[in-house]
Amino acid sequence: MLYRSHVMVCGGTGCTSSGSDNVAAAFVSEIKKAGLDKEVAVIRTGCFGLCELGPVVVIYPEGVFYSKMKPEYVPEIVEEHLLKGRPVTKYLFGETVSEKEIKPLEETTFYKKQMRVALRNCGIIDPEDIEEAIAMGAYEALGKVLTTMTPEQVIDEMKKSGLRGRGGGGFPTGLKWEFAHKQKETPKYVVCNADEGDPGAFMDRSIMEGDPHSVLEGMAIAGYAIGANHGVIYVRAEYPLAVKRLQIAIKQAREYGLLGGNIFGTDFSFDVEIRFGAGAFVCGEETALLNSVMGRRGEPRPRPPYPAVKGLWNKPTIINNVETFANVPAIISNGAAWFSSIGTEKSKGTKVFALTGKVNRTGLIEVPMGTTLRDIIFDIGGGIPDGKRFKAVQIGGPSGGCIPEEHLDTVIDYDSLISLGAMMGSGGLVVMDEDTCMVNVAKFFLEFIVDESCGKCAPCRIGTKRMLEILDKITSGKGEPEDIDRLEKLATTIKDTALCGLGQTAPNAVLSTLRYFRNEYEAHINQKKCPAGVCQALLSYTIIADKCRGCGLCARNCPVNAISGQLKQPFVINQEACIKCGTCFEKCPFGAIVKQ
Amino acid sequence: MEQLYELFGIDRVEEFRAKLEELKKVPGSMISILNEAQEMFGYIPFQVQELISKETGVPLTEIFGIVTFYSRFSIIPAGKYKISLCLGTACYVRGSGQILEKLKENLGINEGETTSDGMFSLEAARCLGACALAPVMMINGEVYGRLTPDEAVKVIQRIKKQDLSQAAAEVE
Repeated sequence: MLYRSHVMVCGGTGCTSSGSDNVAAAFVSEIKKAGLDKEVAVIRTGCFGLCELGPVVVIYPEGVFYSKMKPEYVPEIVEEHLLKGRPVTKYLFGETVSEKEIKPLEETTFYKKQMRVALRNCGIIDPEDIEEAIAMGAYEALGKVLTTMTPEQVIDEMKKSGLRGRGGGGFPTGLKWEFAHKQKETPKYVVCNADEGDPGAFMDRSIMEGDPHSVLEGMAIAGYAIGANHGVIYVRAEYPLAVKRLQIAIKQAREYGLLGGNIFGTDFSFDVEIRFGAGAFVCGEETALLNSVMGRRGEPRPRPPYPAVKGLWNKPTIINNVETFANVPAIISNGAAWFSSIGTEKSKGTKVFALTGKVNRTGLIEVPMGTTLRDIIFDIGGGIPDGKRFKAVQIGGPSGGCIPEEHLDTVIDYDSLISLGAMMGSGGLVVMDEDTCMVNVAKFFLEFIVDESCGKCAPCRIGTKRMLEILDKITSGKGEPEDIDRLEKLATTIKDTALCGLGQTAPNAVLSTLRYFRNEYEAHINQKKCPAGVCQALLSYTIIADKCRGCGLCARNCPVNAISGQLKQPFVINQEACIKCGTCFEKCPFGAIVKQ
Repeated sequence: MEQLYELFGIDRVEEFRAKLEELKKVPGSMISILNEAQEMFGYIPFQVQELISKETGVPLTEIFGIVTFYSRFSIIPAGKYKISLCLGTACYVRGSGQILEKLKENLGINEGETTSDGMFSLEAARCLGACALAPVMMINGEVYGRLTPDEAVKVIQRIKKQDLSQAAAEVE
């Protein structure tokens, strides 16, 4: 059926959390009430990226962008916009509205510097309808490789494109495929790593939710290239929406003969099954992931043999992540030359990032490699909220590092990030402002690592625990000057000796904060002060006599009766008795209490 | 078996056994089996692990090893209201650490525990994927975003109240 207008309601996780289900339902019922249900279609799409402004609705053919939608606004929009053709500017994303016209979304600062390759269909198609994906070119690339290319040519094209693994390490995808292709043993397997374990990252999830067919197509192409007929998607059970959309996509692709036996009438067969992860960060490590797919504890094993030689059920296996697979069809369709024209010398194409933390526009973005961190944080992300100062950006998740202001103009590619002591990782970007204590952040990541260490090798199991204990000591005011040396020594030892990628990168959070924010560690240890005012044990609360009106609210709320004074006279905190809980600071109506 | 029937009722246990029968035919399906058990019973007590071991022939030690390895599996029952507070990096930077402390204090339990009346269980989630709304917590699938410690406690109190009045309505 043809519709004259489409209402695209974001069905990504961010917008769903802020209530887009109710908005979509309101559109459906209001459109029906107005008798427009034969002319206007309501579609749930994948993520548009601007999660901060969710729930987000885009109405075509005009392509106007409504932000922070509420069901209450819907009747007016249906009446004015859909019936009378006048977009309701007061609900539109402010930046798209000028006096004369409504600007297209592509011209806003959030989207202008972006380039969508992996996310090409997110927010454009209904991810639960394969025909919409096909209309946007899905499975064209698969048809092309099956009917006009040999597996060797596919691998050659991938190698020429310069695509590197988007899961973190950045290993050249074409090379990985070539290793597996050369193996004589069969059957072979294609595994998609969709176990996005980084806290603060939701790129892969958004691709699976917004354009699941791009992943399936990429896997099938990989299958053809290496000679595998079986694909496995290893996905977190905590991503119910992504799982549901993958299941629908697999079913529809089978019905259309795009998965299963004799695809496109050729003698190539390929099918995909879903396996669930159950929450373990170490399963991002490929050998651990394989153990988990086989139903075991997700512990890594030493390499070699690499999975390309001995992987799933000891057979040749390639493992790529969701974003990597989503890039493959675009490379085949547009050619390696097109792809390698984007990006820097050694890092080609684009990268998807989840931009979060202390930044104005949190959301999902995709930029060409070689974009600077400053562009991402200050142009696309709109800078730091509440006029605070930028302090650092954490990139690469628990295995990555913190990058300070002086390196903000570094261009993003795999190698430049490593030289700064961070890494690409899967693409989480967490912005931190002056109120963030870097020692505390390092402690946060180590807590995560200690929790997620699988316990198989001693350096990671014991070493990270010892590091955490030292950080605990420092943040609770008992640090000694030698502690910094101890941390560094432990960190280098763990880096050199741990068994897998998780362990080898575990000390990065400490090493990178030590490298750029050593003064904060020293302040904690030598002056027993937390410059950002975060570490409770190092704070002291005092009442400024001039500002105190003597209301006694603080004294009444103090849980240990450490505050005394007479009404209408300045009160005083007994520092010996104070447990630094901060209650008085929160309660004081006059801002007369300072923490230092 | 008796014990299991008593704990979860015959129907549920038999339903699980039927699913187990299907799943065990697939090689390497232990995680799927345990996911099923977690979903059906809310946790995976020793008796369930024993049943799985008997039916699949996988040693109990190995099953216990897997259950305790993955954070999704729990060996204690969850509360009626399951609080997952996000401690992902984005939420942490925006203050979810303080919320955790406040909730622990208010509920009188640590993360990974359930209140003695079985009402609330508290778990620290790694990332709920709603970073734009940070800090967030999820209670039985419902997401609460842009929280402060006090607001989080208010949400808990609101749920307690609602639950009481619901229970009262049911009695009437």
